Amino acid sequence: MIKKIVSKNFDIKDSHKLKVARENDRYSSLKKLFSMSPEAVLDEVDKSGLRGKGGGGASAGAKWKLIPNPSDKPTYLIVNADESEPGTFKDRQILEYDPHLLIEGIICSSYAIKSNHAYIYIRGEYVFWAKRLQTAIDEAYEAGILGDNVLGYDYKLEVTLHRGAGAYICGEKSALVESLEGKRGHPRLKPKQKEPEWFFDCPSVVNNVETISSVPFIIKEGFEAYRAYGTEKNPGTMLFGMSGHIKNPGIYELEFGTNMLEFINKIGGGMRDGKKLKALVPGGSSCHVLKADELEGITLDYESLKAHGSSLGTGGMILMDETVFMPKVVKNLFEFYHHESCGQCTPCREGVSWSDKLMGKILDGNGTKKDLDTLLSLSFLLNGKSICVFAPSVAFIIDSYINKFKDEFYSLVK
Amino acid sequence: MSFEFNEKNEDKFQELLTRYPKKDSLMLPSLWMIQYQEGWISPEAMQYLAKKLDKSPMDIYSVASFYTMFHLEPIAKYNIQVCKTLSCMLRGSEDIKKHIENKLNIKTGQSTKDMKFTITEVECLGSCGTAPCVCINEDYIQNTTPQMIDEILDGLK
Ligand SMILES: Cc1cc2nc3c(=O)[nH]c(=O)nc-3n(C[C@H](O)[C@H](O)[C@H](O)COP(=O)(O)O)c2cc1C
Ligand code: SF4
Ligand code: FES
Repeated sequence: MIKKIVSKNFDIKDSHKLKVARENDRYSSLKKLFSMSPEAVLDEVDKSGLRGKGGGGASAGAKWKLIPNPSDKPTYLIVNADESEPGTFKDRQILEYDPHLLIEGIICSSYAIKSNHAYIYIRGEYVFWAKRLQTAIDEAYEAGILGDNVLGYDYKLEVTLHRGAGAYICGEKSALVESLEGKRGHPRLKPKQKEPEWFFDCPSVVNNVETISSVPFIIKEGFEAYRAYGTEKNPGTMLFGMSGHIKNPGIYELEFGTNMLEFINKIGGGMRDGKKLKALVPGGSSCHVLKADELEGITLDYESLKAHGSSLGTGGMILMDETVFMPKVVKNLFEFYHHESCGQCTPCREGVSWSDKLMGKILDGNGTKKDLDTLLSLSFLLNGKSICVFAPSVAFIIDSYINKFKDEFYSLVK
Repeated sequence: MSFEFNEKNEDKFQELLTRYPKKDSLMLPSLWMIQYQEGWISPEAMQYLAKKLDKSPMDIYSVASFYTMFHLEPIAKYNIQVCKTLSCMLRGSEDIKKHIENKLNIKTGQSTKDMKFTITEVECLGSCGTAPCVCINEDYIQNTTPQMIDEILDGLK
């Protein structure tokens, strides 16, 4: 069940320090990397089937291929370390225990897209982790692993760490790039066809920390070695998280396709205090909630969760036991979305704050059946009428929670 | 009251100019430097930054006010940020919040009279596996209990 590729060094003492990191395989993929052409590296990653771990599961290779080759403008790799999806705390494990793995991944990935400068956008609250990563970057520069000639090879790479300042929406890739350009973190309108991200009009790639940290293994061991794990459509592993009422909360690296209930019961130890599981959200707050009796047969991969009416998201599961009152959970989530809407789209700005207000009224015992109907109709307003998928996430919450726990909601209204 | 970068920050600003395709990107790093230097971001500092980045003061304000971690007014010495999002709520963040409110005798959103403590509610801090999480200034407290809060707050000068 547990398969350590990215988390291999997490338990090694001082694994964040360059000396220890090097003794434990870090930067050992680079010799092979530089014996390959950038095109061959991109091809290797593409064949590995590596999918993005930031929530969307997009193919990394397909995304990298959007960068024009050759490009008449500089190209950039932008690493998404904004990690603010509720229930998600995986990237920080890489930053804390193995920052050199991320730097190695950045070198491999930048080389593949012929970029000479990578930016890492880290959420503002992660001060400890930003310091740890900056120390690792400084060590890497000093050792000649970054800079004009990476490890003596004819390849130049700069890495710059950029701190956010408290805005969930900056995790959305185009909002992140806006923020990196010094603006408010407003998501951009999606282009009609697939395009690279544009950082000051230069073609760029945005990938999650864990995605980039998965690349060195693929380069060193080859795409087939990565495909030996996981499923046909979801090769490899992912850092899955458990939080909430689970007995053993934490981050565990699993092969895709692992049985969800086994993970919860064997590794998670079941619910704490011997309570029963009531419901869970599979991958961050934005996924459809699943009731305990819907979990039979679910495996941890994009296809299985989709077939069961939810999504894998970031793999950060939030588990709730039988004591939880669902309307309170929904209010809590609405407050989050109300606070974090960037405010650009009217349906989102107004719809989310209205949902939050209505839910507050209902929870206080002042709501009517009509208020619940209004809430359900707001889901229509929020779905598919906005610039980014933030507003639809709120629609999913309204639909899935109210439909699955009808009695609890209707018990509150007159 | 006027503002300018101290020498260390000016050096850092010059170095950062070489690390981005355009100087617009220096917005967030500069706002951070201002806040570390002064404790908050004053209108004077925004005017100063506007000149340095060839922008209008309104541009600076528009960005600074978008990000919750930038303080546009002076705040207390210790900012106690209690995470209230789902994983923390499930593990007792409300009790922790009430404990801090009772201890300091203020409500969330308020500061003590001596401007030593402010209590703020914040959204997910990325510490859900070690919930409940409280962040005092920049330090995370994880698996927080009322006893831990007592020990830490009593130890702060
Ligand atoms: C509202 C919203 C918030 C997001 N937050 C994050 C985040 O904190 N970290 C992250 O890596 N991706 C986040 N994403 C996904 C990114 O937009 C993007 O898909 C991802 O960084 C791409 O990298 P990947 O393909 O390697 O996963 C978010 C998306 C949305 C819509
Ligand atoms: S959907 Fe909401 S968060 Fe997304 S761009 Fe529109 S207003 Fe901003
Ligand atoms: S919910 Fe509190 S840290 Fe994530």
